Amino acid sequence: MRHIISILLENEAGALSRVSGLFSARGYNIESLTVAPTEDESMSRMTIVTSGSEDVIEQITKQLNKLVEVVKVVDLFEAPHIERELMLIKVRAGPKDRDDLKRMSDIFRGRIIDVSEDTYTIELTGTGQKLDAFIEALGKTAILETARTGACGIARGQRVLRI
Amino acid sequence: MELSGAEILIKCLQAEKVEYVFGYPGGAVLFIYDELFKQNKVKHVLVRHEQGATHAADGYSRSSRKVGVALVTSGPGVTNAVTGIATAYMDSIPMVIITGQVPTHAIGLDAFQECDAIGITRPCVKHNFLVKDVKDLALTMKKAFYLATTGRPGPVLVDIPKDVTTDKCKFEYPETVSMRSYNPVVKGHPGQIKKAAQLLLEAKRPMVYAGGGVILSDASPQLTKLVKMLGFPCTNTLMGLGGFPATDKHFVGMLGMHGTYEANMAMQNCDVLVAIGARFDDRVIGDPAHFGQVPRKIIHIDIDPSSISKRVKVDVPIVGHVLDVLDDLISLIEAGKQRPEPKALNAWWEQIKLWRTKDCLRYDRKSKIIKPQYVLEKLYEITRGDAFITSDVGQHQMWAAQFYKFDKPRRWINSGGLGTMGFGLPAAMGVQLANPGASVVCVTGEASFQMCIQELSTCKQYRLPIKVVNLNNRYMGMVRQWQQFFHGNRYSESYMDALPDFVKLAESYGHVGISIEKPADVEPALKEAFKRTDELVFLDFITDQTENVYPMVGGGKGLTEMILAEEL
Ligand SMILES: Cc1cc2nc3c(=O)[nH]c(=O)nc-3n(C[C@H](O)[C@H](O)[C@H](O)COP(=O)(O)OP(=O)(O)OC[C@H]3O[C@@H](n4cnc5c(N)ncnc54)[C@H](O)[C@@H]3O)c2cc1C
Ligand SMILES: Cc1ncc(C[n+]2csc(CCOP(=O)(O)OP(=O)(O)O)c2C)c(N)n1
Ligand SMILES: [Mg+2]
Repeated sequence: MRHIISILLENEAGALSRVSGLFSARGYNIESLTVAPTEDESMSRMTIVTSGSEDVIEQITKQLNKLVEVVKVVDLFEAPHIERELMLIKVRAGPKDRDDLKRMSDIFRGRIIDVSEDTYTIELTGTGQKLDAFIEALGKTAILETARTGACGIARGQRVLRI
Repeated sequence: MELSGAEILIKCLQAEKVEYVFGYPGGAVLFIYDELFKQNKVKHVLVRHEQGATHAADGYSRSSRKVGVALVTSGPGVTNAVTGIATAYMDSIPMVIITGQVPTHAIGLDAFQECDAIGITRPCVKHNFLVKDVKDLALTMKKAFYLATTGRPGPVLVDIPKDVTTDKCKFEYPETVSMRSYNPVVKGHPGQIKKAAQLLLEAKRPMVYAGGGVILSDASPQLTKLVKMLGFPCTNTLMGLGGFPATDKHFVGMLGMHGTYEANMAMQNCDVLVAIGARFDDRVIGDPAHFGQVPRKIIHIDIDPSSISKRVKVDVPIVGHVLDVLDDLISLIEAGKQRPEPKALNAWWEQIKLWRTKDCLRYDRKSKIIKPQYVLEKLYEITRGDAFITSDVGQHQMWAAQFYKFDKPRRWINSGGLGTMGFGLPAAMGVQLANPGASVVCVTGEASFQMCIQELSTCKQYRLPIKVVNLNNRYMGMVRQWQQFFHGNRYSESYMDALPDFVKLAESYGHVGISIEKPADVEPALKEAFKRTDELVFLDFITDQTENVYPMVGGGKGLTEMILAEEL
């Protein structure tokens, strides 16, 4: 099953490679991995989307906790949570496609953030599924380039991940 | 006053009361060696290969409960040390490895003797540090010793660029250290301990399975007390030998791939199993599916949550230090009135005694060729079970584990997790230095011994009177055994051809060498060797080439699917 694991870790050189090294060394899946410093600059927050049986996920969280630079680990799937991913997508936008593309972008609550003679660049956030659906709707031929961040997530309600 | 990084490093080692550093010099660590030269508190032991340095530091640690320290240069110094670091990591041995690195400004430029020590060792250390600023050095050293020894112990590597050893700053060694991201649990959860006590007291067919965690946490007295108090059978893993006295009547021998019949049968027929500082290794439980077929309750005490329910699902996990958890468990049981029901327990012991009658370690005592088991039995007798035994890897290792009865912890020093050939001799050097005056024996095979044979020179330099027991079967016996059983007797590349004359070889290093070819000469030769209390004696026992280690659970087989000697 798919899981989103959020990790607080020391913002130190090498910490990222310890985490990614752990995943490759033990053969765990990584669907996506994102990382950036938090409001407390001494720490980073990493979000890993992974999949595996319950046993594997349990081992993943235990092994992550064992890394000396990891401060906290939560599996967001244990409770209600929100998941978002950002995508920038550049599409072919000739004069006769422009209206259609604008409408499509609006339906998905995207924003056109750059325009050139025959391209649009659209910004879209949402769950991975929504981004997939947008790509599907546009069709392969229209798409010139996509850049996706991978998912990040946060628990709903009062649950917080901090020290 | 400001000190250079090299001076600070030595001061840190002194503050940690480091007695010996095992090392080998080179360009990146010259300033450190210069500071070592200027003092005499921290003694340096010059090995002949960096693998030897890490194994010696490892043996030193295993036999003394102190941290083993190794010092090597950048590049090839580090890569040579990796095998020893990985060996210590797999067996959770507290070590600090100091590696030289090219100057900070040269890192990443493919400088002379540069290698990414942090990257190369990341998967085989508990943690590692690159010290980029001399101001961080003292705190980093403090953290290194702290991490190595607390929680689940392990090797920690500190990589120090050459310019950091010459840069200066004020020195202050921190008294304590705390890290927000690292807080190992010590005390077990009281509720879980209560559940465990209840299960143990109600057990009809209990079994205690204790491993290296008991040795690492110095909890043998507690384990012994608990087992005797309850009257339960106890087995040890290869890493746990000596954690419970092998001559005690409750001991059923080692378990696992080459464990005793009774230990493996008891594992698979018990109704309550308590695992104490043991990690359900594949060499111990065999096929996990077969192991899991039995409807028993399992209690697991381990300091590392990731050891729990990794290979086998358990019912009562207790995360904590073995010592503290056993203390609590004993107090709880002592405070209550309930004791195990004698009737059921007696019936269980009757069953175990029946299994014991298989006499699974039996071998041909009338053989005209020296049997390796016989050598070990005699070794046990002559040393009165009181020697430190290191070993290499192979059949000789298993026979040593089966035939030398360890009554005390930290006497059996071997590479279990990584199974590193070449470990025995350098480890024995560390053991001998940590225990001057003690009898230290390296049980080895002619193949393993050649992997760190160069350390015979170190032994001479430091006058280490190790006794080497070479069980020379002219084969990589363990490999040959697998080939005999599972590869149709095709002994592919397992014959040890062109062996050196070990007697002459030992002599050329300035040691004593004895070759023994007849069973009748085994005892006199051993006696002769131990008489020479200040010399290294190399005993080359020419043993039966065809002997196998029994019992044996084949790879992927269930724990009770043992091959016994009689079946062949
Ligand atoms: C040729 C060969 C054959 C082998 N055959 C066998 C065999 O037949 N039988 C056998 O048993 N082994 C055998 N082994 C060894 C095997 O590979 C493993 O190394 C060994 O079984 C592991 O022992 P252990 O479970 O005691 O764990 P260890 O590796 O000693 O691990 C210790 C455990 O205790 C925990 N721990 C550490 N400190 C503490 C503490 N303070 N408090 C609580 N917990 C702590 C750790 O987290 C870990 O889970 C063989 C090895 C070789 C090379
Ligand atoms: C460094 C290393 N290489 C290879 C192996 C695989 N291996 C395990 S036992 C063994 C044979 C050991 O032979 P020897 O030292 O003569 O011991 P014996 O089994 O004959 O007693 C080998 C090659 C290993 N454990 N370590
Ligand atoms: Mg051999």
